[in-house]
Amino acid sequence: MSFLLTCPNCGVREVTDFGYGGEISARPKSRPTLRELGEYNYFRRNRAGVQREWWFHRSGCRAWFIAERDTATNEVLLTELPAEPGEGGAA
Amino acid sequence: MSRLPDQPGELINRLNVIRFTFDGKPVEAYEGDTVGSALYAAGRRTFSRSFKYHRRRGLLCCAGQCPNCIVAVDGAPGVRACTEPVREGMKVEHLNAQPGLDLDVMRATDLVGTKFTPPGFYYKTFIRPRKLWPVYEKVLRHAAGLGVLREEQPEREWRTEYRRRHADVLVIGGGAAGQQAAAAAAQSGDDVVLVDEGPRPIEPIAGVEILARASALGYFDGMVPVWQGDTLHQIRARRHVFATGAIEQPLVFAGNDLPGVMLSGGAVRLTQLYAVSPGTRAVVATTSDRGLEAAATLHDAGVQIVAVADLRTERTAAARRLAERGIEVLIDHTILAATGGKAVQSAVLGPNGVEGASVEKTFGCDLVVVSGGFAPATSLLLQAGATTRYDTARGSFVLDELPPNVTAVGDVAGGEPGGEADPVAVPPPVSGAGHGKCFACLCEDVTAKDIHLSVEEGYDSIELCKRYTTVTMGPCQGRMCQLPAVRLMAQETGQSLEQVGTTTARPPWVSVPMGILAGRPFEPAKRSSIHGRHRELGANVKWAGDWRRAYDYGDPQAEALAVHRAAGLIDVSTLGKLLVRGPESGEFLDRLYPNRFSDLKPGRIRYGVISSDAGRIVDDGTICRIDDDTFYVTTTSSGAGAVEEWFSWWLADWRMDVQLTDLTQGLSAVNLAGPRAREILSELTDLDCSPEAFKYLDGKQARIAGVSCLILRIGFVGEVGYEIHCAAAYGEHLWDALMRAGADKGIRPFGLEPQRILRLQKMHILVGQDTDSESTPFGAAMSWIVKLDKEQDFIGKWALEHYADEEPATRLVGFTLGNGHVPTEGAVILDGLGDPAGQVTSARFSPVLDRVIGMAWVPSPLARDGSQVTISDEGRTLEAHIQTKPFYDPDGEVLRS
Repeated sequence: MSFLLTCPNCGVREVTDFGYGGEISARPKSRPTLRELGEYNYFRRNRAGVQREWWFHRSGCRAWFIAERDTATNEVLLTELPAEPGEGGAA
Repeated sequence: MSRLPDQPGELINRLNVIRFTFDGKPVEAYEGDTVGSALYAAGRRTFSRSFKYHRRRGLLCCAGQCPNCIVAVDGAPGVRACTEPVREGMKVEHLNAQPGLDLDVMRATDLVGTKFTPPGFYYKTFIRPRKLWPVYEKVLRHAAGLGVLREEQPEREWRTEYRRRHADVLVIGGGAAGQQAAAAAAQSGDDVVLVDEGPRPIEPIAGVEILARASALGYFDGMVPVWQGDTLHQIRARRHVFATGAIEQPLVFAGNDLPGVMLSGGAVRLTQLYAVSPGTRAVVATTSDRGLEAAATLHDAGVQIVAVADLRTERTAAARRLAERGIEVLIDHTILAATGGKAVQSAVLGPNGVEGASVEKTFGCDLVVVSGGFAPATSLLLQAGATTRYDTARGSFVLDELPPNVTAVGDVAGGEPGGEADPVAVPPPVSGAGHGKCFACLCEDVTAKDIHLSVEEGYDSIELCKRYTTVTMGPCQGRMCQLPAVRLMAQETGQSLEQVGTTTARPPWVSVPMGILAGRPFEPAKRSSIHGRHRELGANVKWAGDWRRAYDYGDPQAEALAVHRAAGLIDVSTLGKLLVRGPESGEFLDRLYPNRFSDLKPGRIRYGVISSDAGRIVDDGTICRIDDDTFYVTTTSSGAGAVEEWFSWWLADWRMDVQLTDLTQGLSAVNLAGPRAREILSELTDLDCSPEAFKYLDGKQARIAGVSCLILRIGFVGEVGYEIHCAAAYGEHLWDALMRAGADKGIRPFGLEPQRILRLQKMHILVGQDTDSESTPFGAAMSWIVKLDKEQDFIGKWALEHYADEEPATRLVGFTLGNGHVPTEGAVILDGLGDPAGQVTSARFSPVLDRVIGMAWVPSPLARDGSQVTISDEGRTLEAHIQTKPFYDPDGEVLRS
């Protein structure tokens, strides 16, 4: 794996600058069933295609941001700071 | 040294003699020689012993493409002699032969053992009786592989570097086509990098950075790692031009691996670049004009051409030119066998497709020059997403479609040879099979017969055959064996070559030392600002995560006792320290922790455990509310980075009015603890330290020895204690002031080890030591910390609601042992049936209690005061008594005093 990512704060950097937070899995809005909780905690779609995912600029500004990336080609379509609260964080 | 007269374009400088050793014996070379050319000039023909059969192997390609001349240079294995430049004093040694290259006992596998070593032999021959497998495995592991790494490597003997290079265009391959493409791109204003692995120097090209003697290893999403000497260039370009050329293919015939069998390119390179004659009497077998031209070159250099077999049915102009020299070309003929002992002594030629003694002709010779056509070097292109198709006319796989921003130029794109001007015949998959072993793959010693067996046993696709026989998996990465293996598969399965296809191209394209991939040895070490004092005090310094920490100052037991009897001082600067500020700080922490912080009063401290949304313990620490909007959060030393990431992740998602500042590196902290700690502290501050004014779990800001500090009255070690945080710049000053003030009161510095004894006496857990990724606060005896009635859906709440109703299988409790043996951490707790049911997480001898204490996860029914459990510790069985309340000061009276 090797590609460039654009940190919304710092600009274009090598992917090795960043930490990967995984695909965004929305945290349940209210009390989930045990099954829903298990799915949220342990299941991932693992999509071959464009997915929204978290990245962390570990060797830079240490901000979390969101990227849309094609997991099959590693083409990064966009990066942005989360605009709305509640997209779903660290699961 | 036997050398030819001056050759036009030779790379050697005959005025500068260089001396090195091979297997301890001196060898003379000229500047510009390779190890291979120098050894060949000195008369050496055997360069290595093969992987499985330990057959002699000699120079074949002289271009770093094949596995035949791999040696060790100055102790580093895996070096190709034919491309490694000679250096004064270098020590070259052979690989894979005992006791020596010219007498190798493992040769027995070739002479008598062949039927015991078919593909997959380690699962066939060596599988029964089963109980002998450990013996077999040891023998096989010893026999496997080429070369041995030195067991002890002096530290940082070889420094390697990464370099990142961004360019508009990367050209791989510095032949004529590559140079032309690089120059054209530079002229149109592009920033160009040209990579070339060949031995010939390249003239500078304006606007082009030339990386000479450098190899492209692979293609990773547009990034190409290039190995050059001590540097790994990571080159990212917008456009890639592949000028990787074509690789001359060997022919598959009996004895095709004997020293003296050489590719036409190899023979010509030895002659022209290094003025070394590859032999005196040569037989040539070819499928194109390449072999005929090589015959002419060798003839010019004084080599007698004994016979020439051309597989094609038409006599070309090149053949007629050879005839003018008096060299007869046998049309529609090929080579069936090379025979000899230490090297080639004769070659058997015959008409194509007809076998039998009546039509075969044998020629005495010491050199067999073969040319089996060319295969475009498409591996890197395939890695970049290109596709290939089989070209019947050329007899090889050629480029079909290219991905965007990728171009191919020169031979790899299908230029000369094999075009109209040089018609090429497609060789039979194997010829002369009746004469002996015919090798399809030299790296892994895979014969034509092995491919036949593979298909017969059901491994009938090229990918399965590759995994079963390991064909194409050796150091040549398929350069010499991919096409022959595909041809043999087609013959065995009755498929077309197009149907058989090729194996997936994968990096690395070139054998590369692991050290190059690892980059510069880099071991970051963190040291607290007080570290110098610990060294002066003779501390036993060890790693603790990324930190260098004082484990003890020589006597951990005495240091622990000093904390109980007078006072101790420990450097706890490694704690994670986060400042959480803003109007929503309390709400933020209420969402992150299972317990409540919004109701914590300013100036007070509360312990907190972070859990994941799966309800598992992630980290712990103390939180002090400094004012309405400000909380000071400490984390474990090893969890500091992860907790900061965790906090900022949720903050990014929740977007609350909170600012997070990591003060871990900026602040120092020490813990002053013991019955005389209060006295010592009072001497250095105006703060009222009386028990009434400064209570347990109070946090106060004051000056100590003139330094602004945050003082947290907490009791990790079980005595009255003050954790004092101040700017790192003043850490040493604070340490010195406290040590001076305590000097007449028995103060002692104490390290991490005594701290572990002290905290164990109090059953204060160490996250990661006493808990693992499965531990919940309920199992860890911290139910009191989980506030399920909190209005926030705090992280972990839903899972913890579920666990609250369930009896955990095991619980974390304390235990004591009578007999003085300290069980190993990780020792097994046995249930009533003698089955493993838990484990010991911590155990120490406690000097103040004069017995062994510990913590362990035990089955819940046994997690009661007074019950007994059995510990199985490396063969020893111990009976332990369970205790659920702290071993020392169980009701916390000392702590609160």
